[in-house]
Amino acid sequence: MGNQISLFVTCMVDQLFPKVGMAMATVLERLGYRVDFPEEQTCCGQPAFNSGYRNEARIVARHFLKTFEASEKIVVPSGSCTAMITHHFADLFQKEPETLERVHAMEKKVYEFATFLTDVAGAEDVGARMQDVVTFHDGCHALRELGIRSAPRRLLAHVKGLELREMLPAEECCGFGGTFSVKFAELSGAMVRTKIDAILRTGANTVVSLDPSCLMQIQGGLSRAGSSVRTMHLAEVLASR
Amino acid sequence: MSVEFDQKIHTTLADANLQLAIYTATGRLKEKRIEAVSDAWLPDYQELRTQANAIKKHAIENLDHYLEEFERNVEARGGKVIYCKDATEVSDFVLSLAKERGSRLIVKSKSMTTEEVDLNERLEHHGLESVETDLGEYILQLAHEKPYHIVAPALHKTRYDVAEIFTRELHVANETVPEKQTLIAREVLREKFLHADIGISGANFLVADSGAVTLIENEGNARLTTSAPRIHIAVAGIEKVIPRAQDLAVFLKLLARSATGQLLSVYASFLSGARRPGEVDGPEEFYVVLLDNGRTKLLPDRSKRQSLYCIRCGACLNTCPVYRKIGGHSFPWVYSGPIGAIITPQFMGVSHEPGLPFASSLCGACGEVCPVKIDIPKVLLELRSDVKKSETREGQNRLEKLAFRIFAWVMTHPRVYELAGRMAGGMAPSGDGKWINSVPSPMNVGPLKEWLSQRDLPPTPSKSFREMWRAR
Amino acid sequence: MSRDNILHKVRTALGRSAGQAVAPPPPVRLRIPEVPMEARIESFIARLEALAGKAVRVATMDDAREFVALAIAGKTAAASNAPYLAECGITGLPGVRSGIRDLGELREVCAEVDIGITSADYMLGDTGTLVTIASPAEARLMSLLPPAHMAVVPKERMLTGLDELFTLAPHPAEITSSMVLITGPSRTADIEQILVRGVHGPGNVTVVIVG
Repeated sequence: MGNQISLFVTCMVDQLFPKVGMAMATVLERLGYRVDFPEEQTCCGQPAFNSGYRNEARIVARHFLKTFEASEKIVVPSGSCTAMITHHFADLFQKEPETLERVHAMEKKVYEFATFLTDVAGAEDVGARMQDVVTFHDGCHALRELGIRSAPRRLLAHVKGLELREMLPAEECCGFGGTFSVKFAELSGAMVRTKIDAILRTGANTVVSLDPSCLMQIQGGLSRAGSSVRTMHLAEVLASR
Repeated sequence: MSVEFDQKIHTTLADANLQLAIYTATGRLKEKRIEAVSDAWLPDYQELRTQANAIKKHAIENLDHYLEEFERNVEARGGKVIYCKDATEVSDFVLSLAKERGSRLIVKSKSMTTEEVDLNERLEHHGLESVETDLGEYILQLAHEKPYHIVAPALHKTRYDVAEIFTRELHVANETVPEKQTLIAREVLREKFLHADIGISGANFLVADSGAVTLIENEGNARLTTSAPRIHIAVAGIEKVIPRAQDLAVFLKLLARSATGQLLSVYASFLSGARRPGEVDGPEEFYVVLLDNGRTKLLPDRSKRQSLYCIRCGACLNTCPVYRKIGGHSFPWVYSGPIGAIITPQFMGVSHEPGLPFASSLCGACGEVCPVKIDIPKVLLELRSDVKKSETREGQNRLEKLAFRIFAWVMTHPRVYELAGRMAGGMAPSGDGKWINSVPSPMNVGPLKEWLSQRDLPPTPSKSFREMWRAR
Repeated sequence: MSRDNILHKVRTALGRSAGQAVAPPPPVRLRIPEVPMEARIESFIARLEALAGKAVRVATMDDAREFVALAIAGKTAAASNAPYLAECGITGLPGVRSGIRDLGELREVCAEVDIGITSADYMLGDTGTLVTIASPAEARLMSLLPPAHMAVVPKERMLTGLDELFTLAPHPAEITSSMVLITGPSRTADIEQILVRGVHGPGNVTVVIVG
């Protein structure tokens, strides 16, 4: 019936934030989906692509295409990784028409997690409960490449006990940008401190986002600043009961 | 990146006053733009962007045709078009004309293109007095500085800076009130306008079907520059051509709103040549300098040539979280911000400043606000690839190339990937579940060191996701 | 010569040959909204006043003349050669210099007087804009040099906006060397983003809409 989902957890979640992947699986299973985890999966290749190493990115992308060939639907707990697949794989294979066709087929079945819930599963209330005051950080890839704005907010609106406060200014980059965060560390640090100022102004206890990389940047900054504000991935909030 | 680039960024970040000035000035412009293009004020904004992009695309893809049409129409009304391949040819032309006409005093309105070719410096070197008349540019000329921002050149100067500059250069009493400072400049420059022999302007648009230049401004200095002196020279990059006067209905709706949030700039001049018979005032001679200076280098690449669509509104600067921290003077060329980041490597070669395309988190805010829909992030990514190809050719940055080769290999061998993950996890500090503030010296190198210089590190979990999944 | 060199480079880069035809450009996009005259005038006034300009409505040409007479009392003024100003009797007002056809005189007068009076070829309702076309009747400097600018315009010249302007005047170059759109007083925010009016152009703009 099409309720089989493959998880692409992303290399960052796999190695650094495994609970995010588990939370995502939990939420999907609660909605009645059957979830599998193709073991051959590794990475979408974004670090190489963003660093200008297109050949290397291509190699990794091919591996991704092979790993998920048989999957019906693939759900990803990351806006930037989803965008890499749905918006940039095509850039890598312009000269390989056959692979390009496989890329276009893949684009249609890869979903960012929040979008999957609202647009495919048609679920805004996943039965979550969490007593907290949170603010939501729109990761840039999710926001501008995938056009995601309201889906996570609609999902959070249905979490019992949760108060959402928007930060001002909104929609500003956290400063991660992949290798940018270490190549231009001081600049990246300045950007995250501006983000943290906006977060603290909301008075929220928790920052929620759909991108683990943003969360790593923001949490790293909050921790360095000695703040007790914590970060959570949307999946973890939605899995809370 | 070069040491110079790194240093300039560091210096700017360390200057708290400058940080505040840049952030608030750009913040204001950013917010005003958002309102001016909102549904309440410009319901067909997205459609206009699409149209503007289509017009520019067509003009650039047929540039030779439109340049020739423009030229024909200028000359049909007695004007002259001079093609210049570089900075020297531009100044040579102006100098020879000035000599022929016995001109000593030139007034100039704001033109990034003339900044690009260091026109003032060249003219002054040859004994001409060439005075900037836009208030911000005038202040900078007195201070011997380059513009800080495409639209707000003196963004980084406080009123006290201005007072100091005026006192030193104009020998006036110390005046720190901006309204009064403006009056000082107005008086000095009025004299220049009325006595100058030549007025040099830029051109926001070159209108092919009319042989006309369009000038957008708020102060009135461009109008005076092009109306008071006997000779008007407009200097513009060849990419400024648009096909029809009627296309201005699209561009004029987008330009001021994108730049400053105004519905229209105070003055928009459509100038098509010297004064006509019967007209009482206006210049007697009209010249348009069409500048290449490397623009033809940006044309061959079908994707990157969209960089030439730019109408110099500055919206990308105002919205860029990077520009808003590092400011205009960190950039290696006169054009700063996201547009500067994509055109500089194309004009100067990627090795000129190899770090430039990487000085971005690829947040995409620039592409979102560009009125002509230049896909700036896409061009940045292409330039990053160009930089790496160049480095591979030159045998530079071998270690990084090797690292990514290994990355690709590891990521296509899941068992190796898993093993590497477990090993790294074993070595990395677990932090007892807390985020990590520092690591022992031997480990504090490279990317790890850079990361830790600014923020804490996540603790390594005891199990990876796949290990947890298997254990389910 | 650089001309041929540059054009050659352009063509080579684009894969075009000399004299090659072009595909038609994207169709001209001009959408004239339906806005009744009264609404246009109201919008014009609101927009101009939001920019610290002044907009006044008078019923007749006599009223226009009286308004101008009051406005210039105790000040020096010059008027352009616009027939409409003559029709209103404004050029005939005592103390108003007009009928200037000599460039030297024009420059001198405009540099000295307090107020420059012109008419306008069109007004744009949606932005509070005056459209001034240089001609024997209207000199450029009259609305530019004096610190105050007053335009007296019959209401019939009020258009909806840019799209209508470029529909009525698709080829301004055919009729003038200079068409200038004036939207409010001259301004700058170059020093600390603080708004200052009257930098080089007039800091004081008044539009008298007649009818």
